[in-house]
Amino acid sequence: MAEFTLPKNSVLIEGKTFKAPASATNIRRFEVYRWDPESGENPRIDIFELDMDSCGPMVLDAILKIKNEIDSSLTFRRSCREGVCGSCAMTVNGKNTLACTKAIASYPDTIKIYPLPHLQVIKDLVPDMTHFYAQYASIKPWIETQTPPPADSERLQSKEDRAKLDGLYDCVLCACCSTSCPSYWWNSERYLGPAVLLQAYRWLVDSRDENTGERLDELEDPFKLYRCHTIMNCTDTCPKGLNPAKAIAETKKMLVQRKLG
Amino acid sequence: MDYRTPLSRAKGLGSAKGGTSHWWMQRVTAVLLIPLSFWLINFLGLSLTAPYQQTAAWLASPLNTVCIVMWIIAVFYHAALGLQVVIEDYVAAEGPKIISIWVVHLVFLFLAIAAMLAVFRVASIG
Repeated sequence: MAEFTLPKNSVLIEGKTFKAPASATNIRRFEVYRWDPESGENPRIDIFELDMDSCGPMVLDAILKIKNEIDSSLTFRRSCREGVCGSCAMTVNGKNTLACTKAIASYPDTIKIYPLPHLQVIKDLVPDMTHFYAQYASIKPWIETQTPPPADSERLQSKEDRAKLDGLYDCVLCACCSTSCPSYWWNSERYLGPAVLLQAYRWLVDSRDENTGERLDELEDPFKLYRCHTIMNCTDTCPKGLNPAKAIAETKKMLVQRKLG
Repeated sequence: MDYRTPLSRAKGLGSAKGGTSHWWMQRVTAVLLIPLSFWLINFLGLSLTAPYQQTAAWLASPLNTVCIVMWIIAVFYHAALGLQVVIEDYVAAEGPKIISIWVVHLVFLFLAIAAMLAVFRVASIG
């Protein structure tokens, strides 16, 4: 049954406050979730006051400034700093996003930074993505064919067919959408979630793939696919501006078409 | 210690190869209920002020009998499908989940049969 009490470590406590240097005039306040599961303590919210005159424009720049200049123990993932790798996904002021492509100026006041919701926290802003990646692997995100490739060329695709992959191939698997989805919170052990379903659809509509039917067989399941109730948190939160809800709806349409069409 | 791989856990028992009919029928009944519910509101409005004999006679006309029977089937089917989704969403334990889904289905089946028998009784006896 549903759990009505929260575990002990879900209660946040007040953390340390790091004041801005006295000379700073352009100050912005950051509240950052900190937790080391091995410490045995509850998670805390540390407050960092940063001098914006010596900080880059993005939320990730502020986090890097904290790590470089104030508290080197702050733990987070980052790599490309331009929205391509998907590493720095986190919850900023209540909405999942990529810290590297979100401007500090787009928030009015205090910026609150938490790890992605409903994943186990490894440390601070680093969640455990193991199950998410395993779900991605389970949909076989690679081309499957019986026909051998042409001897003297690659597998060809028309421009129109290639255009069907736009808005799908661009997904960086940051997990912002999946972890914003209540259905994924309640049933992530079986529900694939918007990110993985968008990737599954990317292979369903690839004109070069020859396993569409088998892929649909694997998805046709009350939990893997039909936990989606189209509340569209995924589309709302996607930092790349993609539309996983539409990909899921199209997958459902393909299944109905196969059954009744 | 659980030595199963993450992929094994993610794949679980595999696909049930179903769910499309459930999802589709939920939509079909929802669309069907739009005109039928307008008809029912109109019928209830009339029967609020009409005497019993007139309501019974009205219900006994073929079109009205068909409409109310269709409404009963659609509404209880739709409700059962919808509540099943709610249970699947929020009841995680397998045993209580399966039992409560069947209880919901049987209760709505009972209510649909009872409602239809009541309609037939009124329509035939008056």
